[in-house]
Amino acid sequence: MCLAIPGKIIELDSQNALLAVVDVVGVRRKVDLGLLLDEPPVPGDWILIHVGFAMSKISEADAADQMRTLTMLGETEAAMQEVRGYGLENEEHDQPGQRLKQ
Amino acid sequence: MKYVDEFRAPELIAKAGEEIRRLAESRRHYRIMEVCGGHTHAIYRFGLKDLLPSNVELIHGPGCPVCVLPMGRIDDGLSLATQTDFIFAAFGDMMRVPGTHGNPLEYKARGMDVRIVYSPVDALKLARSNPAKHVMFFAIGFETTAPSTALTLMRAKAERLRNFSVFCNHVTIIPAIRAILDSPDMRLDGFVGPGHVSTVIGCRPYDWIAKDEGKPVVVSGFEPLDILQSIVMLLRQLRKGQAKVENQYKRVVPWEGNRAALRAMAEVFELRPYFEWRGLGFISQSALKIRASYAQWDAEQRFSVPGVRVTDPKAAQCGEVLKGVLKPAQCKLFGNECTPEQPVGALMVSSEGSCAAYYNYEHRKPVTIASAAAK
Repeated sequence: MCLAIPGKIIELDSQNALLAVVDVVGVRRKVDLGLLLDEPPVPGDWILIHVGFAMSKISEADAADQMRTLTMLGETEAAMQEVRGYGLENEEHDQPGQRLKQ
Repeated sequence: MKYVDEFRAPELIAKAGEEIRRLAESRRHYRIMEVCGGHTHAIYRFGLKDLLPSNVELIHGPGCPVCVLPMGRIDDGLSLATQTDFIFAAFGDMMRVPGTHGNPLEYKARGMDVRIVYSPVDALKLARSNPAKHVMFFAIGFETTAPSTALTLMRAKAERLRNFSVFCNHVTIIPAIRAILDSPDMRLDGFVGPGHVSTVIGCRPYDWIAKDEGKPVVVSGFEPLDILQSIVMLLRQLRKGQAKVENQYKRVVPWEGNRAALRAMAEVFELRPYFEWRGLGFISQSALKIRASYAQWDAEQRFSVPGVRVTDPKAAQCGEVLKGVLKPAQCKLFGNECTPEQPVGALMVSSEGSCAAYYNYEHRKPVTIASAAAK
């Protein structure tokens, strides 16, 4: 839970200025920008994501470093599961809080 | 060395190891605490202890939010969730944490509506899409996670969403460090400071550790090289008799932290007079409480909470391990009654807990090698 996931801002949400589509190694999800109000990111920027929120802007090289750290820690799958689990991408088809399998 | 081949810049890692051996004075024994559970995980995963001389000892700190949560809080949260038309939402990390009558997954098996969310805003979304039910988000975490919960509550208030609340268990790292330094059976020489907590709070909150306690602090990244460089920086200070706060993780951690995140936390939270930490007991002003202006979205102000207090199983020595007095394997239950598959204590539940990390990378390994040898 405490490890941050790197992603690239693809586009800002036209409906909601506080949301952006972010790409994390090919998986695209909407991420909340509410914690970066003082330095709003623009498309092309790299960020660290934590529980669905962009936490800080970083360089592309640092994003690559962070992804490698996750891989080395054996946390890539958990990180990708988290990113896939963000339920913000599509209001109509969204299924947040997946029911747990018994 | 176990995983050294996968590392970036192995030659730099070897150099950092040499530098540590050079800087560590043979007549001294160094006790360095890594505060963050993410660092504990990395240290075991990468076998970093193998690179350190025997007189540089790493002590695992309290920075695993799942591990320090007292069982009574889990019982309280789960007891609220037995109300009808109630959804209990929490991060996946919480799902296997044992309460007195089972973990959230076991409550789910008994028919309670338990959902994993990966973001607090997804719990908010659950509330929007289930207007006939109440959704309670069981919030845990240090300052890394607390701002996200704060923004989620601000959104709930702005929308006047009535069927949503937060059961707040957010804790703050500084008072826990103070409690450890005040503990009479604890002698530490310096701290590897938490990386991602510091992206929020910055480096200034550690000043007192250097100025008043005379212990160096180096905020560190999570790669093997980061952690070793941080130990080098600590040893350099100790050798010169210095105590200051340094930032090894400059590429991610701004010295001043994230002001927008701090503003959101200040808007929504205030300090609790005291809060119980598993293993450390009651620590004053160590946790966050939802302000009265957000009372409607605070599960504790909105519902009647039993206020359960549960003492840890007597045989489990989580407290001693959490304070660094005992190593994980020195606990009587370690590896027998308490394993990551069947955890008794919380340090065994989370991969960031020192017992689980020790079990997965130190304890299990020799077994695998031995069984392979037997074949």
